[in-house]
Amino acid sequence: MRRSIPLVAVALGAALTLTACGGGDTEEPEASEPTAEETTETDGGSLTIWVDETRQAAVEAAATAFEEETGTTVELVQKNFDDIRPDFLAQVPTGEGPDITVGAHDWLGELTANGVVAPIELGEASSAFEEVAVAAFTQDGQVYGLPYSVENIALIRNTDLAAEAPATWDDAVAAGQAAGTEYPILIQMGEEGDPYTMYPLQTSFGAPVFTQNEDGSYKPELALGGEAGNAFATWLQAQGAAGVLDTAVTYDVAVEAFANGQSPFIIGGPWMLGSFEGLNLEIDPIPSAGGQPAQPFVGVQGFYISAQSENDLLANDFLVNFMATEEAQMALYEAGGRPPALVAAADAASADPITAGFREVGSEAVPMPSIPEMGSVWAFWGVTEAQIVSGAAEPVAAWEKMVSDIQGALDAS
Amino acid sequence: MSTPHPPQVEAARAMAPEQPPAAGTPRRTSHARDFGRGFVVKLILMALVNALGVYVVLAAWGEESYGIMWSMVAMLVVADYVYFSRRALPLKYIVPGLVFLLAYQIFTVVYTGVVAFTNYGDGHNSTKQDAIEFLLISNERRVEGSPTYPVTVVRAGDQLGFAIVNADGEVRVGTAEQPLQTVDGTATDGVASEVPGYEVLGRQEILENADDVTALRVPVSDDAEDGSLRTQDARNAFVAKSFLEYDEEADVMRDLSTGAVYTPSDEGYFVAEDGTRLQTGWRVNVGLDNFATAFGDARYATPFFKILAWTFAFAILSVLTTFLLGLFLAIVFNDPRLRGRKIYRTLLILPYAVPGFLAALLWSGMLNRRYGFVNEMLLGGAEVGWLTDPTLAKLSVLGVNLWLGFPYMFLIATGALQAIPSDVLEAAKIDGAGRIRTWWSVTMPLLLVSTAPLLISSFAFNFNNFTLIYMLTRGGPRFTDASVPLGHTDILISMVYSVSGLDGTAAKNYGLASALSIVIFVIVATISALAFRRTRSLEEIN
Repeated sequence: MRRSIPLVAVALGAALTLTACGGGDTEEPEASEPTAEETTETDGGSLTIWVDETRQAAVEAAATAFEEETGTTVELVQKNFDDIRPDFLAQVPTGEGPDITVGAHDWLGELTANGVVAPIELGEASSAFEEVAVAAFTQDGQVYGLPYSVENIALIRNTDLAAEAPATWDDAVAAGQAAGTEYPILIQMGEEGDPYTMYPLQTSFGAPVFTQNEDGSYKPELALGGEAGNAFATWLQAQGAAGVLDTAVTYDVAVEAFANGQSPFIIGGPWMLGSFEGLNLEIDPIPSAGGQPAQPFVGVQGFYISAQSENDLLANDFLVNFMATEEAQMALYEAGGRPPALVAAADAASADPITAGFREVGSEAVPMPSIPEMGSVWAFWGVTEAQIVSGAAEPVAAWEKMVSDIQGALDAS
Repeated sequence: MSTPHPPQVEAARAMAPEQPPAAGTPRRTSHARDFGRGFVVKLILMALVNALGVYVVLAAWGEESYGIMWSMVAMLVVADYVYFSRRALPLKYIVPGLVFLLAYQIFTVVYTGVVAFTNYGDGHNSTKQDAIEFLLISNERRVEGSPTYPVTVVRAGDQLGFAIVNADGEVRVGTAEQPLQTVDGTATDGVASEVPGYEVLGRQEILENADDVTALRVPVSDDAEDGSLRTQDARNAFVAKSFLEYDEEADVMRDLSTGAVYTPSDEGYFVAEDGTRLQTGWRVNVGLDNFATAFGDARYATPFFKILAWTFAFAILSVLTTFLLGLFLAIVFNDPRLRGRKIYRTLLILPYAVPGFLAALLWSGMLNRRYGFVNEMLLGGAEVGWLTDPTLAKLSVLGVNLWLGFPYMFLIATGALQAIPSDVLEAAKIDGAGRIRTWWSVTMPLLLVSTAPLLISSFAFNFNNFTLIYMLTRGGPRFTDASVPLGHTDILISMVYSVSGLDGTAAKNYGLASALSIVIFVIVATISALAFRRTRSLEEIN
């Protein structure tokens, strides 16, 4: 039997997703059968929604309202957020998928390439959303998701340690050193790098990842190389040598150090705030390192409808008429702390200065590319940054090699 | 490293009805045939099996999964025949095992084989039918600048229609064949509430006809260019226009705005003459293309051989180190003079009780360059790059695998040592053999007879030890001289995971992953088969 374990693992790992692999040993063949709760009845009146842990309660509230008004049964299936994308891709074609799933906008390219997601007509409601939120879910003029939150990173400042917002990166470092704390400024990196957190600093050198069309969507032409990219790489190396950037600082290390008052600044998102209770915080724009505006990525969360849903009428009704309300969006905001995508709800949430601060920074931000080519970029991007910061690689050469490697990967696929 | 118990054996034990151990002579009838207790037990067990089987058949029928349904019917017929027939005695023992072999192994191997010859992956996720459907729905867009209307779904005879109220307060109604026309209806709050000649549908009726309602297109005017009214939620309607049309007879897609014609290609895409293609494709058979791709990409040439060498080194060294340490400890703890052996033995098995992926994660934290336990506590703050230096990372992987794997080897070596009959050792002593001579000529060969097959399967297991690599180093540190995202501790199976995009760094390609898995399977199977043949020579000692 020992020999067969890897065999089963290989076969399953290849044929199914890795998640299926974990339970593969004990599962009876019958277990892969659709169980009653996964199937949707066709008699009109039931809806299956995939949600993750943090959003379950909030969606449940909207679902209850929907159930009461329409007599529909809504069934929420809780899944790991990381499992939702592969499971949705694998299960929709088999007819086993949900009617609606929660998801992030940067999945869009993959979901449409595989034809598993249906367009949603927001109608008049579309103008009620933040522009960037709808744009993020738009492809070729067609909207594919109902946005509910817009999130981005910003500079979080501990006002007890630094009284004023720094204008530039050098100001921030100087203020951090003047504060006498262990770290002048905290940016998570890790041995594999973190290009998402590093991106605003990269854009401040004028080296965005892809060129943008006029409507804000991306085309698969790399823009992160050239003079601007090389300047950013050189800067990375200098900051690494000066000890300001450090690959040993991971998310956990950075958050803990900031919570302990070991630095006046951290670059991060609203998801960190839970760890910073008791600190006096202010949210500032990310200081520019290269002279140009530091634009972080915007991530938009929303709901997708399955292309194979047998209840698409109910699904559209639920999303457009029950999830696009201020009430539902506020409930999601309160559950997850992510600033709402609906303008009215976002205005209400902005009563909190922290949320308002993130929203302010987000208004300058750019959507994270959702084109499928992005996957190839992530694979090289962070590791190269980490190698440059740790001094393991010569900056300009490493950056140029990275650009040509990404181009090679794009050409090969 | 874990040693799962063979599920089929236990399940077979649980499944096997009460049967006498031997057929017996013709005169003796089986206990399961004489309507005694054995027969009753058999009847109950078979009833359970049948009930479960029928349930699966019905469920599969309901889901229209006819493949599962028919294979289940076949399995049930075979099972009933075998256990109620007089002639199928040997099969009674074999059938449960066979069924599980079929479900767990043969099916997955065959499925992998089938996928290896397709282009299943990103862009080719489903059937052609699904792709066509998606292309059509995604290319039907709202006419820019057109308003949305609160809609009333109506019916005339068996024809569904939409009624709206336009900006002038007029009620307009139409069906699929009848373009919108103004009628003398009643509007309440901007919604058409009564339409002469039509019956207004309630919510329940709309839901019953949901598919027809969302499929309904009511032309706005006689000119098709103006688009047609449609609704997605039966509350609001908007004017939409298709930009793509599927011609079923010619099997081509037509772009209605540019006039371009897209024909289906061998790669599973709709492609126009100028080479542009529609983004969503479907799954097709691509023959041996995946195998050609697997070995045809020049970017992988150098890293592949490095990884192949490391995979062999990792698998062989893992088996050697764990076996030697396990054996050493087994010998030490086998000495009857040692007190408290049971406690030591229990303690030694502890690493074995920790799930492999969890242990690997723990170790990756403990080996962190700056904040890890090893550097911070044991080495007094030295920043040793256990997982970031190429050589040290390889040693760390081997070390962690040693920690995970030696208890298993310790267990089997202890068992094997205790199974060696003491009279053989005594005989060697009487013949005048010294300790070392006895060890090399008697103990060791006898030990290998029982452990060699386990060592071979341990090799095969480690050859594909994806969990350890993925959880501990993710293949890192990266090669600095390669143009692909692979690293110094990547083994073949983790390379497959990355090459085929399953880790998200490239477009997913299950076809390629399956093809590469088959290649790995062939390598492991060949080595194992050769090794098993060699071990047969050992058995002659017995």
